[in-house]
Amino acid sequence: MSLRAEDVVLGYHGPDVVRGVSLDVRAGALTVLVGANASGKSTLLRGLARLLEPRSGRVTLEGTDLRQIPPRRLARRIGVLPQEPLAPEGIRVAELVAHGRYPHQGLFLGHRSDDDAVVGAALEATGTADLAARRVDELSGGQRQRVWISMVLAQDPDVLLLDEPTSALDVAHQVEVLDVLRDQVRQGRTVVLVSHDLTLGARYADELVVLADGRVVAQGDPVATLSEEVVEHAFGVRPRLLADPDTGRPVVLPRPASG
Amino acid sequence: MTAAGTTATAQPSPDGAARVSAGEVVRRLRAVDTRRGVLAVAGLGAVLVVLVGASLLLGDVRVPVADVLSALRGEPGPAAFIVTGLRLPRAMLGAVVGALLGMSGALLQSVVRNPLASPDVVGVTGGASAAAVLAIGAGAVGAGVDVAALGGALGAAALVVALSGRGVLGTRFVVVGVAVAFAATAVLGYALTRANLTAARSAYRWLVGSVGTAAWSDVARLAAVLAAVSLLLAIARRPLAALRLDDAAARGLGLQPERVRTAAVAGSAVLAAAAVAAAGPVAFVAFVSGPLARRLRGHGPALATAALVGATAVVTADLVAQHLPGSLQPPVGLVTGALGAPFLLWVLWREA
Repeated sequence: MSLRAEDVVLGYHGPDVVRGVSLDVRAGALTVLVGANASGKSTLLRGLARLLEPRSGRVTLEGTDLRQIPPRRLARRIGVLPQEPLAPEGIRVAELVAHGRYPHQGLFLGHRSDDDAVVGAALEATGTADLAARRVDELSGGQRQRVWISMVLAQDPDVLLLDEPTSALDVAHQVEVLDVLRDQVRQGRTVVLVSHDLTLGARYADELVVLADGRVVAQGDPVATLSEEVVEHAFGVRPRLLADPDTGRPVVLPRPASG
Repeated sequence: MTAAGTTATAQPSPDGAARVSAGEVVRRLRAVDTRRGVLAVAGLGAVLVVLVGASLLLGDVRVPVADVLSALRGEPGPAAFIVTGLRLPRAMLGAVVGALLGMSGALLQSVVRNPLASPDVVGVTGGASAAAVLAIGAGAVGAGVDVAALGGALGAAALVVALSGRGVLGTRFVVVGVAVAFAATAVLGYALTRANLTAARSAYRWLVGSVGTAAWSDVARLAAVLAAVSLLLAIARRPLAALRLDDAAARGLGLQPERVRTAAVAGSAVLAAAAVAAAGPVAFVAFVSGPLARRLRGHGPALATAALVGATAVVTADLVAQHLPGSLQPPVGLVTGALGAPFLLWVLWREA
């Protein structure tokens, strides 16, 4: 598996948002794209996921341009979790997660005999098996996010791309979700997620990619990558960086602009 | 990459009893869901059969059950013409028209993800009616009117899709559709004022909808449309179900939302046009069938259930219309309209 962006430029209706990014996604690792609001991190993820077509440059999977891969085949390789997706009204957890099997099902054959087991395993992987019969709209934010991750896991993809999966959650649920993702990396999957939380990103990332103004400004191992200069460049605030006494990973303390 | 692919095995629970695996839980939930679907379809089917049976027995002339049964067996008798020549085609036309409208509405509401997006609200049936009346004014009869209705429905649907832009979703689609519906009403009114008296009278059904002049040929033609579109929808049931997810999530699953949605809107317009060509715009049936079907079914586009709800609604409304006291026998569309308006208020009240 190798997912790679080659000098991609991305945008919506107006000006370019991602302005020429080349990135090799590290296989079997957890990559965190960090940056300020409007830095282009979510847009870059959407480009990697083929939710957005590059204006120029290309995104390739094992050397093949994503645009040349049939959508359902691509969906068996790359799973995408958009930011705060909306679940259909009244849908139950098991039904939502079963949608993840869509790219594996034939037009006429439909449900396959191992689908239930895969859906069950995907629920167990995120600790949501007990919720299988519940309605998705009755769940808490953290539960709902884990259920959506289960849906993407049911796709059984090599690569998981997640847009701000922890932004709407409190710290306990953030850790819960990130532990699930770490676990997936341990089992051989490649995970890329977007976050604006530098400390959390640095804590969990194998590879940290810092974006500012649509470009990559720093990339690599979190300890080596994060410096006060890099954070100031990316976020416009001069922080204080401490080392986590347990892990040595950087902890970012913002300081008031006046101080 | 087998993490989610490995089979979940039964784990012992702390008290030692064998716990059911997550996969087995998922399988059982799916079985419950399937059973619920079968029950909904079977229950509505039974209600529909009873209603059609009642409509054969009741009327200005009450036909005894024995005579109805012998007429249905094709035996000549005093009631044969009343049963198989008048009442049965009328009930069957009502059922098929209701099924077409119910399926059309549920399909559109599902792909646009808005309960207000039914063909009668967004101008699709209005377009069909206006085009049909224009064609009648120009002297068309029979198939010519059908083709005009189809053209009007597809034209209105295409207009709404085009004017809604890329975001063929939710509120914008409905607002654009309401505007198109008003335009269609204006065209219909214009066509009626221009038409001569005979044409205007035969165009009257396009104002309210009626199944009073049913013929077996109408029933057969509509049933063929219903069967053909149902088959296509059955083949497309997985993409249609997946499209109920968020567009970005659906695209992540390998679906192409725009394509599926455009095809579904066209299919919905064909269903509505067929119903309107035969019976006029029977009000509110397309609008209410989807939400009612989802209540029975629990979730999903529930197209088969919605078709049966629509059929039941029209047959019921026509029975009511035929048996109102006095000499008043309003067309079925007036009854569905009178029953549908409070339903709309109920939907709004529930969502408020």
